[in-house]
Amino acid sequence: MVLEIRKPRPLWEILFSTHHTDVALLYTVSSLIFLFMGGTLAMVIRSELLFPGPTIINDPSIFNRIFTMHGTDLLFLWLLPFAAGIGNYLIPIMVKYKDMAYPKLNAVAYWMIPPGAALVWLGWADIGWTAYPPYSIIRAPGPAADMWIFGLKILGLSSILSSINFVVTILKCKHPDLPIMKVPIFVWAMLITSFMILAALPTFTASLIMLYTDRLGVSGFFNPAMGGDPIAYQHLFWFTFHPEVYIFFIPAIGMAYELIPKFSRKPLFSYSSGVIALILLGLIGFASWAHHMFSTGLSFIEKTVFMVGTLAAVPMSAMHVFNWIATPWGGRIRFAAPTKWVYGGIALFFTAGAGGVVNTAIPLDFITHDSYWVVGHFHLFVMGTISFIFFGFMYYIFPFMTGRMYSERLASIHFWLMFIGAILTFVTQHILGLFGMPRRVYDYVSDPDLIIMNQIASIGAFMMGTAMATFLANMIHSTMKGKPARMEDPFEIGEQYYDYRRREPHH
Amino acid sequence: MGSHNMIEWVYIAAVVAILTWVGADSWVIEKYIDEIPEDAETIKVTAQQWFWTFEHEDGTKEVGELHLKAGKAYRFEVTSKDVIHAFNIPFYTAMIDAVPGRINKVWFAPDQTGEFLIQCREYCGLLHSQMRAKLIVEA
Repeated sequence: MVLEIRKPRPLWEILFSTHHTDVALLYTVSSLIFLFMGGTLAMVIRSELLFPGPTIINDPSIFNRIFTMHGTDLLFLWLLPFAAGIGNYLIPIMVKYKDMAYPKLNAVAYWMIPPGAALVWLGWADIGWTAYPPYSIIRAPGPAADMWIFGLKILGLSSILSSINFVVTILKCKHPDLPIMKVPIFVWAMLITSFMILAALPTFTASLIMLYTDRLGVSGFFNPAMGGDPIAYQHLFWFTFHPEVYIFFIPAIGMAYELIPKFSRKPLFSYSSGVIALILLGLIGFASWAHHMFSTGLSFIEKTVFMVGTLAAVPMSAMHVFNWIATPWGGRIRFAAPTKWVYGGIALFFTAGAGGVVNTAIPLDFITHDSYWVVGHFHLFVMGTISFIFFGFMYYIFPFMTGRMYSERLASIHFWLMFIGAILTFVTQHILGLFGMPRRVYDYVSDPDLIIMNQIASIGAFMMGTAMATFLANMIHSTMKGKPARMEDPFEIGEQYYDYRRREPHH
Repeated sequence: MGSHNMIEWVYIAAVVAILTWVGADSWVIEKYIDEIPEDAETIKVTAQQWFWTFEHEDGTKEVGELHLKAGKAYRFEVTSKDVIHAFNIPFYTAMIDAVPGRINKVWFAPDQTGEFLIQCREYCGLLHSQMRAKLIVEA
């Protein structure tokens, strides 16, 4: 996979390639572009909330569109494609096959992303990334909401196609001499994520069609005026999107398992406990969806069942953390950028997990639900944990993608600004939630406590914005002018790397 | 390898014990909260974009303001006329979704007099952030 960027090749050759490393490059670069687009919206949101009342946006409807796009973009166009990109790079190499199982399908799955993204971005909807009816069917302005629905449909189909490809590549194309219990845990992670996508996502793609026909007025699945039930949508939605939390997270878990033993120069503490915890997490992820809905009027029994289902996922996460701490114990740790990001991510994951236990304790959920607590909680998770590990992996794979080394100093600035910024912003948001500030608000009560906490959160966000600017500069500059990497061991960890030089001819 | 496994099992047992305690405690508290006192007075709460209407047992209606008496239990029957909202009084941590076509119940007994914020906690469109009302608790 090396020299993809440096070796002069016409752009069209990469664009029309079906080779897994080329598709991987497309996935990775586009996910990073969407990361910066969504992050820019976050800066606008935090600027607006510096003070109560209108600050830099005069129209609440624009603010509502911005937080909708911020969420939709970062979940579907950053987290999913980045994981697919790294999977495309590494899975065929790790299972010792020449390419993905279906190279053309692979390219098709990638090329569904740009039209899906264009529909979502140009639509500029205001329904929130959850698109709860009846708002999204009776009040949300078109064609924005319709474009959002079709955009997500295309993105969902793309995910399903790429998942089929990963499953077949791993299970059918694995080298016959390589037993499944010897593949890197990252392969297990991509396999389990793909199975979860195949089980979870069709429910949401079906409910998107129901949402659309409801908008047209020809059906009333979720419209109480036509005998429908809006809560049914929430069940269908969270049946997809609580597992989706693990779909986002499990590739990051796999990446952490890849990085930690290498950078501790020690074998993994327990391979089998990692695999077992991944499989159990993948199953139990399906048993907790209604903890997003405690306040919709669920019965006492339902609330109890889903609280237990949610708590049941915690020991598996704890098993992963145990492995990640026990592995470097007594090892010779190499503190390069990937190490910092992984351990920073694990530290914030612990915080996010503790907050999650509070969310699922039923009486406490009624205090935190739909407040800024929840905003802080899931940002610690998707940003502080998943994205942190993704950034670490991006730095790790950078020399293999470009043949050059990134700037370690800029990467360090990126990490520390980001880590401190994330704590300032997301921990403060937890407290804001306890003070009763609802999420998704353009304006808040003019109370000195709320104002100062919002300003702390905004300062943290601006630190993260600065951090991401150094990341962008580092990536662009190092790709073009970085020091050539010493390819046999760019991180000086004396580890065996993948056979990155092996490259099959293009299809 | 044996001692390795032992450490991990002890650790998992500790995590499970903490979770069991959190779950059991939540269950007990929720069971208590879930039961609405028999003598609670009923207030019908109707949400619509973007204001609140309250109807007392005697039929009097208030818009944007709710007057309650301290030391009495109230049962709120919450519904919505258009989209989903959420009825929330942060000070008394009362919170329940207002769903069109459904009536959700929540209760509390105000014990302090004064003015408190009532707000919408579920995104409901353009003026969601302004969908507030005033709770006035009198002695």
